[in-house]
Amino acid sequence: MTTLELNGQTVTVDVSPDTPLLWVLRDHLGMTGTKFGCGATLCRACTVHVDGAATFSCVLPLSAVAGRKVTTIEGLSGRVATAVQAAWDKIQVPQCGYCQSGQVMEAVALLSANAKPSDADITAAMNTHLCRCGTYQRIRVAIHEAAKQLEASS
Amino acid sequence: MSTAIGFSRRQFLKASTLAGGGLMLGFGLGPTRNADAADAVFQPNAWITVQPDGLVTLVCARNEMGQDVYTSLTMLLAEELGVDPARVKVEQAPVNPVYINRLMGAQITGGTTSVRDAWEPLRKAGATTRMMLVSAAAAQWNVPEAECQVDNGQVIHGEKTIAFGALAGAASKQPVPQNVALKPPAEFRVIGKPLPRLDGADKARGRTVFGLDTKQPGMVYAALLPCPVIGGKVASFSAGKVETRPGVRRVVDIGEGVAVIADHYWVAHSALADLEVQWDEGPGAHLDTAAIYATLERAKAEPGAVAKQAGNATAALAQGKPIEARYTSQMLAHAALEPQNCLALVSHQGVDVWASNQFPQGAQGAAAQAAGVEPAQVRIHSQFIGGGFGRRLDVDYVAQAVAIAKAVPGMPVKLIWTRENDTTHDFYRPPCLYLMRALVDRGRVAALSYKMISPSITNRMFPGVVKDGLDPFMTEGLVDFTYDIPHLELRTVIQEVGMRVGYWRSVSNALNAFAIESFFDELAHASHQDPVAFRLGMLDKQPRQRVVLERAAKDAGYSAKAPKGHAFGVASMQCYDSHLALVAQVSGNAKQLKLEKLTYAVDCGIAVHPDQVIAQLEGGAVNGMINALRSKVTIKQGRVEQANFNSFTIPRMSDVPPIEVALIASGETPGGIGEAGVPLVAPAIANAVFALTGERIRALPLEDSGIRFV
Repeated sequence: MTTLELNGQTVTVDVSPDTPLLWVLRDHLGMTGTKFGCGATLCRACTVHVDGAATFSCVLPLSAVAGRKVTTIEGLSGRVATAVQAAWDKIQVPQCGYCQSGQVMEAVALLSANAKPSDADITAAMNTHLCRCGTYQRIRVAIHEAAKQLEASS
Repeated sequence: MSTAIGFSRRQFLKASTLAGGGLMLGFGLGPTRNADAADAVFQPNAWITVQPDGLVTLVCARNEMGQDVYTSLTMLLAEELGVDPARVKVEQAPVNPVYINRLMGAQITGGTTSVRDAWEPLRKAGATTRMMLVSAAAAQWNVPEAECQVDNGQVIHGEKTIAFGALAGAASKQPVPQNVALKPPAEFRVIGKPLPRLDGADKARGRTVFGLDTKQPGMVYAALLPCPVIGGKVASFSAGKVETRPGVRRVVDIGEGVAVIADHYWVAHSALADLEVQWDEGPGAHLDTAAIYATLERAKAEPGAVAKQAGNATAALAQGKPIEARYTSQMLAHAALEPQNCLALVSHQGVDVWASNQFPQGAQGAAAQAAGVEPAQVRIHSQFIGGGFGRRLDVDYVAQAVAIAKAVPGMPVKLIWTRENDTTHDFYRPPCLYLMRALVDRGRVAALSYKMISPSITNRMFPGVVKDGLDPFMTEGLVDFTYDIPHLELRTVIQEVGMRVGYWRSVSNALNAFAIESFFDELAHASHQDPVAFRLGMLDKQPRQRVVLERAAKDAGYSAKAPKGHAFGVASMQCYDSHLALVAQVSGNAKQLKLEKLTYAVDCGIAVHPDQVIAQLEGGAVNGMINALRSKVTIKQGRVEQANFNSFTIPRMSDVPPIEVALIASGETPGGIGEAGVPLVAPAIANAVFALTGERIRALPLEDSGIRFV
């Protein structure tokens, strides 16, 4: 049995502790917003927040998040998340959309740590994420847009 | 290209009313049933239903994979129907002949045909429905139809209004008008206007259900160990202790591999390591990359077939000393981010398949064959696609999932490939060899002979479409050749190489464009001309092509003398009934270069959803960089050498320069755009590299020639 705080709720699962968090979320808990892309931390479609930090879930064993706070795209909330998703809407970022859960999770983590990221900051944070449709340019614009909105509303 | 079949849309344009039950399959249903019932649903044709509460549904006959069919096709319908497109519900179409793509001859999402195919029929479907609603309202009010107007889901006459939903029952009793007039573009209120993607908000919130996300009660999972050599088979295997592992249900031999069915995916996946399989690797076991290109090389003398011809190129070339060049391009994997997967249920009620796919009709056939049932017993539930790029025109993963699910009847099984499976068991972009000879006279190309040698994808998938040695997906980029050259002979040679090949976004447009647009750059430099002026000199009869080329050059700040340490490269073509030009700007030195900017000018006629046309070009540019920079698939001992994103790389944010797109509002009938951004990237960059370094690179990917993009 492993207990963690998932999206603000205490959750206990009876799953082999070496199972990657990604598959616990998707198969055991039915939360499919977190995506499987590579299984090797190379695409980061599986990004979630563990104790507020953006983390890949595809090779992270369940045992590593015991007792910790995990947030998925389904549980994303708060001022920064709202601004990021509003910016994604305004800039019309997604195409196929498969990578966008991970992109949004990373962007929220970035803006939570760095309210006004430079282009270089954005590239450094987002470069671990693949988008096969090639939405990178709009992701960059949307992150700047979210930062602008957050600054204006603070 | 068009392999249109002769189906009659009109035969499906029969009014039918279905009480309560929402959309039902089977068109050409009897005209009315319970038409007077209060909950009557108006279903005038295969695309539209109007519910009594006013909800309008579009049955979307094309699969959404990022290219915006959900929104752009809804806009076509909404324009004529007179509803707010943002309030239309979109459903994915089942398999039905009415949904066949007339430009492709099958129910296919591909070939950048969705808007071009739907442009007239979907607007007509909307207009027909609107007229029936107007007729019903006019009859109710006893006023002339001509005095009624439609706006935002209601019919209006003077002060009176009535909502579409309230007219559903009465409208279905109206005759189906046979000739409907469509709005002139000046009256468009939806087409060409801004609108957020209908699927955009969900995608930013993790709510979209892709194939991989589908669920069914009692669902179990399967992982597959495929033969490491494509085309190989299981010779024998031992399940060993696998079947006794907790959570494992079955181990299934499906011929091309061994699958483990388990309660959860990770259990199934982990169990694969314990399988002991002896493979019969088959004839592909000794194939390698060098042998593939040697096979193409041996076909050099083959005449092939002529895709386009003018004058007498052979005779004209014999009059002088032609410039000759030989180009090659690499194999590529599709690398969609959603690995291939399929949820299948085989039961006494037939077969149900939930899958992201670009070819529902093919999926139905493949599932039927795998299950040993008739296609009519297979229901395909198409899902949002986490990247298509042509990969999901091949539905091998559907056949596999059904074969596996057949072993556990009544139990839904979701097969999930690993990334490694996806990279090593793709249908690869064909390897190609290109041979060219040309004479330049007085600043123009006087004669050109061109030969492209490649395996044929269509020979494998749709052999009946290959006629007289011509595969229409090898001649894309040749039949639309824009330059006015008096003596021209463009040939293709089909040469199989022992590796299966598939349609990869922009297919032969990208292949032929790399060779032709690079070679034209060579010809311009060899005759001491500016590459833009050189091209313009042969586009007298192509006004739309001239406009985009001049515009891209202007927007890019193109000049014969670029800023110090920088250089421009240009490329231009017509494809998918659209006209494009691209200028690439690079900086750096002969070893290390930086891609500074990509500047497009595009005339795709009427842009139905302009922001997403631009998005497709931005994405197409990045897709073209896969082709151009460093990605490749190579073969050794029959095995694909790349497996995950560390070996088959695709561009990351740091690779991608600013991409600027100018849309030229020509007002012509819409051209296609989904693949159109891809082909010019490689030649534009290669031409910029030459302008900067003096090195002409004639093989893709460019980094194989020793340069590096940083």
